[in-house]
Amino acid sequence: MKLKTLMLGAAAAFAIAPAAFAERGSDGEVKIIYWQAPSILNPFLSGGTKDVESASMIIEPLARYNEMGELVPWLVDEVPTVANGGVSEDLTQITWKITEGLTWSDGTPFTSADVKFTYEYCTHPEGGCAQLTKFEGVSSVETPDDLTVVVTFEGPTPNPYGPFVGGESPILQAAQFADCLGAAASTCTEQNFNPIGTGPFVVTEFKPNDVITMAANENYRDPAKPAFATVTFKGGGSAQASGTAVMETGEFDYAWNLQLAPDVIAKMEEGGKGKPIAGFGPLLERIMLNNTNPDPNLGPDERSVIRPHPFLGEPAVYKAMSMAIDRPLLVEIGYGQAGKVGCSWVPAPEAFASTFEGCEVQDLEGAKAMLDEAGIVDSDGDGVREHNGVPLSIVYQTSTNAVRQDFQALIKDWWEQIGMEVELRNIDASVFFGGDAGSPDTFQKFYADVEMYANTFNGTDPQAYLGNGLCDKAPRPETQWQGENISRFCMEEFDALHAELSQTADMAERQRIGRELSAMITDNGGMIPLVHRGRLSAHANSLGGVVLNVWDSELWNVADWYRIDM
Amino acid sequence: MTEPVPATPIAAIEALKDKEPTKPPRSQWRDVWDQFRKHKGAMFGGGFLLFITLAVLIGPYIYTVDPQALDIRNKDMRPIYTALWDSDAKVGWNKPLGSDQLGRDNLAQMIAGGRASMAVGWAAMILSLVIGTLIGVLAGYFRKLDGPLMRLTDLFLSLPILPLLLVAVTLFRQPLRASFGPEGGMFILIVTVIAITSWMPTARIVRGDILAIKEREFVLAARSIGTTPFRIIGRHLLPNVLSPIMVSAALGLATAIITESALSFLGVGFPSDFPTWGKMLADAVQRMEQFPERVLLPGIAISLTVLSVNYLGDGLRDALDPRIRGR
Repeated sequence: MKLKTLMLGAAAAFAIAPAAFAERGSDGEVKIIYWQAPSILNPFLSGGTKDVESASMIIEPLARYNEMGELVPWLVDEVPTVANGGVSEDLTQITWKITEGLTWSDGTPFTSADVKFTYEYCTHPEGGCAQLTKFEGVSSVETPDDLTVVVTFEGPTPNPYGPFVGGESPILQAAQFADCLGAAASTCTEQNFNPIGTGPFVVTEFKPNDVITMAANENYRDPAKPAFATVTFKGGGSAQASGTAVMETGEFDYAWNLQLAPDVIAKMEEGGKGKPIAGFGPLLERIMLNNTNPDPNLGPDERSVIRPHPFLGEPAVYKAMSMAIDRPLLVEIGYGQAGKVGCSWVPAPEAFASTFEGCEVQDLEGAKAMLDEAGIVDSDGDGVREHNGVPLSIVYQTSTNAVRQDFQALIKDWWEQIGMEVELRNIDASVFFGGDAGSPDTFQKFYADVEMYANTFNGTDPQAYLGNGLCDKAPRPETQWQGENISRFCMEEFDALHAELSQTADMAERQRIGRELSAMITDNGGMIPLVHRGRLSAHANSLGGVVLNVWDSELWNVADWYRIDM
Repeated sequence: MTEPVPATPIAAIEALKDKEPTKPPRSQWRDVWDQFRKHKGAMFGGGFLLFITLAVLIGPYIYTVDPQALDIRNKDMRPIYTALWDSDAKVGWNKPLGSDQLGRDNLAQMIAGGRASMAVGWAAMILSLVIGTLIGVLAGYFRKLDGPLMRLTDLFLSLPILPLLLVAVTLFRQPLRASFGPEGGMFILIVTVIAITSWMPTARIVRGDILAIKEREFVLAARSIGTTPFRIIGRHLLPNVLSPIMVSAALGLATAIITESALSFLGVGFPSDFPTWGKMLADAVQRMEQFPERVLLPGIAISLTVLSVNYLGDGLRDALDPRIRGR
């Protein structure tokens, strides 16, 4: 049966594919729904995923990541490397060769001047560019001829694929944006709402925070693409409503990022109009352990600033806490096919993921034995163990979200079984992740013993992300509570090894150091990894060519989408 | 013209005499009760409120399942009555009303949740009633206090409850938690915030009634014989404004239960594993189609309680108003 279905499917694909690819605009309309509505189509003025991804149908970068996390040339002939001479030996220069004959959607030629302009646009001292980090360390962008771009960095850069790579760093047309430099950037409404691009579609009408209608780009480089003549890109609603619209009622063809419990998704799938697809990036749901003392009796300059924590720094304690967790059950309850057991701080790409023996097995007895052995026992008979007279009583906080509250209830139950006392707190997500230095409830302030959230990084190189474990990245009053080292992990060996990583160019060596850093933080009480989360989107059964990409815009290959006749 | 002369002088004296009461005298409260009993809705409302209050008070001693106990093997069970039309449903007598996605018993959660919701409702209602009546009476009786107190009422009316609660949680959560524990502290905080944002209508109604009543002759008479203002308020004014107070009390209880539900629904409030009706409702929304009972049970409980309290208030108003009584 399975085989037969597969064969039929393959046969059908062969039969339909030529027809579908035959002609531009032959497949009519495709409808996409994002439950967060795009408000601008210029990713340099907005960091929002919704804006970056909707714009990625119109404007494109020189190279981007495919679904495996590999760099693929997009508007260039090949990806420059040291091996093909595109990247200089001293790692300070990268040379891009633009494909010949590319044109903008208005018919004018695409040249290196546009690329250089994009650099100037984003790095203009008076402008507030949302993607400035992409251009960090760039000292100049030169254009020896119309099809060559040379990017020079201030120092050796082992990963020179920041500028002009990926959906967050596309190329703008110099002619269109010439008057929009610096402070004028946000006033150029016409340009920001209707950018001229090289992508498969052009905007016909843009209603901010509502609907974008697009039509096929007449000047797109592949004469047979895109298969769809028009696009309706609807924004707004909720994850639940957009999932229903694709899988149950069939009103839309593609729904983005459905953060819903697995049984809810399964119920929608029974609608039969569409199916969910999952892709795994480096997103990790984890519990951060506070390495400082969050005692409320401490003053504002000391609370969650001074070390150490009364008992969480004890290896027996954090190891027992990790052993008590049944990760496969968490995956089953919270994420289903959009989750895997997470054991490593950097769960993807595969080469950077460190492996741990037995992390997926729950061992309550082993955890209890470990605590007993370390002399952390219940000495006053109240059911809670003490370490040097301090009871193992913790506050466990996270953002308000149905799945996270289920996780809290389960983990609290396990931790109480090994003799801890757990108080749960959930905080509204906009406050928790809001980063307001005046609020005591942000995840950076960490006025709790442990907290749970998910984090990830863009692209495939985790160097900057691993830097989140450096001592000086800890949030504290002097930094206005900004900083990415949420657990306030601090270890000299870690800092030294990270410095070594930033000087290493060899890929295999980088991966080895990456794995070591990742293991160091979990082994020494920085965090407890829980679930490696995927991105879950859904597409209609009649929509073909969808390849979910978690390393770049989900709409990266929208030019290849086509309608399957049913 | 001569006036008709009575047949006998005796008959004339008889006619002037007071009639003997045919029945023994009745107390005012008995009249109130008789009138109240005529209001069917109020009787139902009162009965249901009594039932639900007793159920949440005594329930945990009869049905001794821990509402917070996780039982992952028995998760997602349906209520026992589902078996009537769906023989494949996962049901069992160990979970009479089914269980949620983590295997917590729905019946035990309903009882525990009702306890929290009712406690918040009653406490907030009583507190807001005390504040509202006090401000209303003072503003209505003492002319000098009228302006400042009513402007204060306007000020409070313009306070939005949700931002206020967020600020209050930020400021007072820690000290209250330290002295009363996480759940007790939150209870005090929620009750206080609901009370101080819901006393204003009561105050305005009471003030209006006091203003009208204090000009009446019997108050003038009382004042003329030297009764002190506080005696006048206690003896003459308060009993006369009792009916609007009772009605706003009933409505206040309903509002407090709904506000608590809304707060739990939004995730501001009690810890996430502490069941209340509002929180049960919020947790169940995602799986409304598969497990309608998880939305319906707490939803119906909230609606019926609020409805019964409203009917009760309606009946009390009719019963306490002497002008309506007897009709």
